[in-house]
Amino acid sequence: MTTAPEIRLELASNPAYLCAVREMVNLVSRRTGFPDAAAGKIALAVDEALANVMNHGYNRRTDGRIVMEIRRVEKSAGLEGIRIVIEDEGKQVDPATIKSRDLSDIRPGGLGVHIIREVMDSVLYEKREGRLGMRLTMMKKINPGEVASSCGCEPRGDTCG
Amino acid sequence: MADKGPLLVVTEQREGALVVSPKGEVGYHEAPTLRTALREAFDKKPKRLVANLAGVSYMATPGLATLVEALQISKRTQTPLVLCNLTDRVRAVFEIAKLHTIFKIADSVDAATAP
Repeated sequence: MTTAPEIRLELASNPAYLCAVREMVNLVSRRTGFPDAAAGKIALAVDEALANVMNHGYNRRTDGRIVMEIRRVEKSAGLEGIRIVIEDEGKQVDPATIKSRDLSDIRPGGLGVHIIREVMDSVLYEKREGRLGMRLTMMKKINPGEVASSCGCEPRGDTCG
Repeated sequence: MADKGPLLVVTEQREGALVVSPKGEVGYHEAPTLRTALREAFDKKPKRLVANLAGVSYMATPGLATLVEALQISKRTQTPLVLCNLTDRVRAVFEIAKLHTIFKIADSVDAATAP
């Protein structure tokens, strides 16, 4: 069962803001229950996905719009994981052409899709229907045995301050 | 010192090696700062170049790409390149990308600069 978005964020396709987004995703993932290492990897996958949108979808234009939603995914026994959806209004590409490159070919670049697929449990690229841009839906399941008790922040009331 | 973006890079001469020490996060926005610092370090024709990653709290694929490019320069110029002091978080990124086996990685600057 997917709940309504916990967080909906709209940002410009400006890489200067990536550091803030990855920090937020890291904190939200930890708050959701992922341990530090897993939260760091989820933030990395989101960072790579957003950088790909900026680089390829918008050809490094910094005035494009990107919307990101983060949802908790629940199941009857509790939390199943986290779902992150990233939508843009940039160039559309055939999802079948979005592939990891051969890692035995040691060269700079082209590793982002590999990282995203390696970190997340499911990754779906789609063309947005009837309009510009792409939609990327990523899901990361949580291992019940590794649920962190808190995000590690100093709590202030019921927030992670 | 290169100071473009939030990443700071300090380069210092040690006996037998030039040590490049970035401090901060190396994402898409910051990687060009590291790339410039490494290229400038190679231009000084050191006997060995050490990238001390102790101060790198985060690295995404543009950072990896920068280091792979440095490795290519290292081979072309026959200047040994050694990485050292990888944090757990940075090491995990190298492992996901399966790049941890292609670099020479040391535990400390002293080990990286040792003859």
